[in-house]
Amino acid sequence: MEKRFMKGCEAIAEAAVRGGCRFFAGYPITPQNEIPEYLSWRLPEVGGSFVQGESEVASINMVYGAAATGTRALTSSSGPGISLKAEGISYLASAQLPAVIVNISRGGPGLGSIQPAQSDYLQATKALGHGGFRTMVFAPATLQEAVDLTYNAWEYAERDRNPVLILMDGCLGAIMEEVELPEMKELTYKNTESWDISKRNGREESHMITPILPEAMLEKLNAYKGMTYKMWEKNDVKVEEYLLDDAEYVVVAYGIAARVAKEAINTLREEGCKVGMIRPITLYPFPKASLDKLDYTAVKGIIDIEMTIPAQMRDDIELQVKGRCPVYEYGRSGGILLDDEGVYEAISAIVKGGNQ
Amino acid sequence: MAAYKRPKSLKEMPTAYCPGCLHALATRLVADVIGELGQESNAVNVISVGCSALNLYSWAGDDIGAAHGRAPAVATGIKRCMPDRLVFTYQGDGDLAAIGLAEIMSAANRGENFTVIFANNQTYGMTGGQMAPTTLIGQKSTTTPFGRDALSTGYPMQMCELISVLKAPAFVARYALNTPKGVMDAKKGIKKAFQYQLEGKGFTFIELLTNCPTNWGMSPLKTFEYMETNTIPYFKPGIFKDVEVQE
Amino acid sequence: MITINSLYCKGCGYCIAFCPKHILEMGKERSVRGFFYPVQIDESACNGCGICALMCPEAAIEVADKK
Repeated sequence: MEKRFMKGCEAIAEAAVRGGCRFFAGYPITPQNEIPEYLSWRLPEVGGSFVQGESEVASINMVYGAAATGTRALTSSSGPGISLKAEGISYLASAQLPAVIVNISRGGPGLGSIQPAQSDYLQATKALGHGGFRTMVFAPATLQEAVDLTYNAWEYAERDRNPVLILMDGCLGAIMEEVELPEMKELTYKNTESWDISKRNGREESHMITPILPEAMLEKLNAYKGMTYKMWEKNDVKVEEYLLDDAEYVVVAYGIAARVAKEAINTLREEGCKVGMIRPITLYPFPKASLDKLDYTAVKGIIDIEMTIPAQMRDDIELQVKGRCPVYEYGRSGGILLDDEGVYEAISAIVKGGNQ
Repeated sequence: MAAYKRPKSLKEMPTAYCPGCLHALATRLVADVIGELGQESNAVNVISVGCSALNLYSWAGDDIGAAHGRAPAVATGIKRCMPDRLVFTYQGDGDLAAIGLAEIMSAANRGENFTVIFANNQTYGMTGGQMAPTTLIGQKSTTTPFGRDALSTGYPMQMCELISVLKAPAFVARYALNTPKGVMDAKKGIKKAFQYQLEGKGFTFIELLTNCPTNWGMSPLKTFEYMETNTIPYFKPGIFKDVEVQE
Repeated sequence: MITINSLYCKGCGYCIAFCPKHILEMGKERSVRGFFYPVQIDESACNGCGICALMCPEAAIEVADKK
C-alpha cells in the first residue's frame, strides 16, 4: 500500500485510475477542477483517454459512449453541471450502462456559490434525471473513504449495469489528508463482454445499446431495476453507527457534516450527554434499519445536521422514525461551512434544553 | 451491369420509414458502402433522436442509441476507447443543426476520427413536421403554418458551409438523393469518408439532402421535384473540403 | 434480371420513374403488407443497369449478374 498526502479531488482521481478508469470527460466547474486537471496527464500515462468536453451535457454523453465499449468511464462536476448531466445519467440508466459520476457539491440553487455545501442531497438520491430511476449514492466523510469508495465504484456499476454517484462537498474536495492508495487493478473486459460494443473478437451476433424500448420491454426493465434497488437495500447499505448503545439523542449526518458533528458529540460526551450518531455512507440505499431499530423508549430526539437549509435528508429520516420521537435539524447554507461551535451549540441546546 | 444484393447490415425486415422516405435510402447507402468495405462486423452506428432513430429497427450491426443531439459526443467516447472500430453517427437536421449544434461543431473542431451522416429533410418528421433549423424560407411547417419567415426565425442553417471553415475536418460534402447521379455520388462520398476514417485522417461529414413526403404533404415523386427547384438551389451539393485535394 | 421483394416494397414508385428502359409499372395486386408494388412488363428489355435498385429506399430490389 502506497501512502500519499493528497488533495481530495486528486485522491479520487488517482483512486479512479487504480480502480480501472480509462476514460474521463468533463467540463471545468469549481470546486472540482482538480479532477480533470489531474486526469488530463494521468490517464494517458496508463493508456486511457481524457477529453475536455464542450459542456457537461457533451461530457456525460462521451461517458455514455465510452461506457458502451466496456471501458470504465468517469465524469465529474458540481451542482449546476450535474443538473446538465441529468439527461445523460437518465440515458445511462435506461441503456443499462455502468459509469461513475462525481459531484463535488457547492452552494445552490442556481449558480449559487462556489463554496462547499450539501445542497444536492435530494437531487442525488431522488431525482438525478427524468423517468424514475435510482443510482447508488456514496457519500464519503474522509479522503481515505473517498479513495476506497471510488476504487470499487465500477464493481457496483458493472454488477448492476447502472451508474453510480459519488457525492462529496467542495470542502472534502479541497482538503488534504494522508491516504493509502490501493494497488492498480488488472483490467479485463469480462464483466461487460456479453453486452458491450467493444472489439468483436469473433463475436457473431450484434449488440444493440438502446435508451428507447418498446413499452412491454421498458416495463420489464423498470421492474427489474426496482428489484435491483431492493437488493441494494438488503445487501449494499454502508453506514457508520457511533455511540448508539446508550444514546438519548442521535445525530444523523453524512460527509463533512458528520465530521464536524462527531467533534461536537465527543465534547458533549465528556460533559455527560448521551449523544450518538448515524452516518449514512450510502445515501441511497439509505440506512433505514439503523434508524428503525433504535430503542425509542430511550431515544428522545433525532438531530439532522446538514450543510444546507432547509435540511434535505429529513424526509428520509422521518420515514423511519415514524413519529416515535421529535426530529430536529440544524445546518448552514449558501456555501457557509458548519463550524465546531455552531454545531456544538445547536446539539447542546436541543440536548440540554430540549428545544429546537 | 451492376449486380446488387441487399446489404448484410440491414435486418431482414422492412424499414420503419414511410413510403418514399429518403432516410431509408440514406441508411441503405451506408449499409451498401459498409458491405463493399467488408466492415459489417466492425461498424458501429450511433443512432440519434428523430426519424433517424428508426434506424434501430433496420440496422443489423452493432449500434447504440444516443440522446437528442448528442451522437457526436457519444461517438467521441466510443472512438476514443475503440479506435479500430468504424464509427459513424446517423443524425437528422433537428438533432444535428439545432439541439446538437455544440456537439457537432466541437467534435468537428477536435477532428474526432469518425464519420457523421447527416440526413437533411428540413423538418422534424418524427414529431409531426415542425420547423427545423434547415426549413427553407417560405416552406410551410406545423409551427410556421404561413411559411418560414426569416425576420422571426432566421435562415436555414447550412452545415457543410459552417463545418468546412474549421481546420480539423478531413472531408465535408453534400449530396442530393433525388436523382440516380446524386445517389451514386453520395455513395462515393460515403465510401471516401469511411476510407478516410479507416486511414485515421480525422473527422468526415456527409450531408444528404432528403425528403419527407408525409410532412411535406407530397407524393414521393413530387418531393423530388420540390428538392430540385427549392432545396438544391439553397443547399448546394458539392465537396466543401477534402484534405487530399488541398494538400 | 431483377427481383422485387414485395415484402420490403412500399410502392413509392422511384424504380418505375427512373428505369431508363421504362419496363416497370405499378402492379394491380397488393403485397401482404397492403402496398401496391411494381412489376416488370418486359423482362427481356432489362439491361441490368441497376438504377431501380440504386433508387430503392428499402433495398427491395436485387440485380443479378448479366449472363
